[in-house]
Amino acid sequence: MSIWEYANPKKFMQTSGAVLPWVAALAAICLITGLTWGFFFTPDAVNFGATVKIIYLHVPSAMMAINAWVMMLVASLIWLIRRHHVSALAAKAAAPVGLTMTLIALLTGAIWGQPMWGTWWAWDPRLTSFLILTLFYFGYLALWQAVENPDTAADLTSVLCIVGSVFALLSRYAVNFWNQGLHQGASLSLDKKENVSDVYYVPLLISIAGFVLLFLALVLLRTRTEIRARRLQALLLRERMA
Amino acid sequence: MMDLGKYAQVVLWSYAGAIALIAALIVLSLWQAAKTRRALREVEARQDQNNG
Repeated sequence: MSIWEYANPKKFMQTSGAVLPWVAALAAICLITGLTWGFFFTPDAVNFGATVKIIYLHVPSAMMAINAWVMMLVASLIWLIRRHHVSALAAKAAAPVGLTMTLIALLTGAIWGQPMWGTWWAWDPRLTSFLILTLFYFGYLALWQAVENPDTAADLTSVLCIVGSVFALLSRYAVNFWNQGLHQGASLSLDKKENVSDVYYVPLLISIAGFVLLFLALVLLRTRTEIRARRLQALLLRERMA
Repeated sequence: MMDLGKYAQVVLWSYAGAIALIAALIVLSLWQAAKTRRALREVEARQDQNNG
């Protein structure tokens, strides 16, 4: 069996239809467990007080905002190189999900920043590149809407996605590139000293798993909708031509 | 109700905002999926009828 089999819309619909309920159920379980554990059953941090509980939303959403763009980049490259329509539609389907994750990360970051840094916003390298990534998400969605021919729209949005990837990578690694700015380093690290304390670690991992599965479930659902919409367009066109 | 101390508003607004955004995205995705599926079924049924 090859992954390219899923480039066939029929095969994709069959498999995604079977997998989607399980992924959605697992996402709900992980999100409810991770967020409830984090919110109700973890102690306040010495330096951050109760605001540490925002970590269970902020870290997974920021992570998924960047990973969604990387997923869109891979799907866009597949479209540009192999011209598989399902991959272009999957990239289109992922964009609103990625944008929502970006907005959650910005919102929770700003709400947390006000009491901790004394400001809602700072022109810090990581925050700035993340804001530019948000603008790329809006631009990407607008471009899909603006171009009528779906193949041309897929081509143009794929190129935009490649350009935007610079900011997706920058927002992840800006802290390492520029040793300045307010934003702290990664919350999860292989280095035990840099990692979050053990008491926050497990619920954070479960929340991250929940966000990953939620992203996957929504992308599958939305890609299925895009495939159906494309078929609907084709049938209506055929009806008009007849 | 648990005590979130002086940061209660900060934490609660973060959770409320994030949950609202996720819920809106889920509802919108489900609504779009149902609308498209219904429209496709109608067109397929109509074309099947026309083709005898």
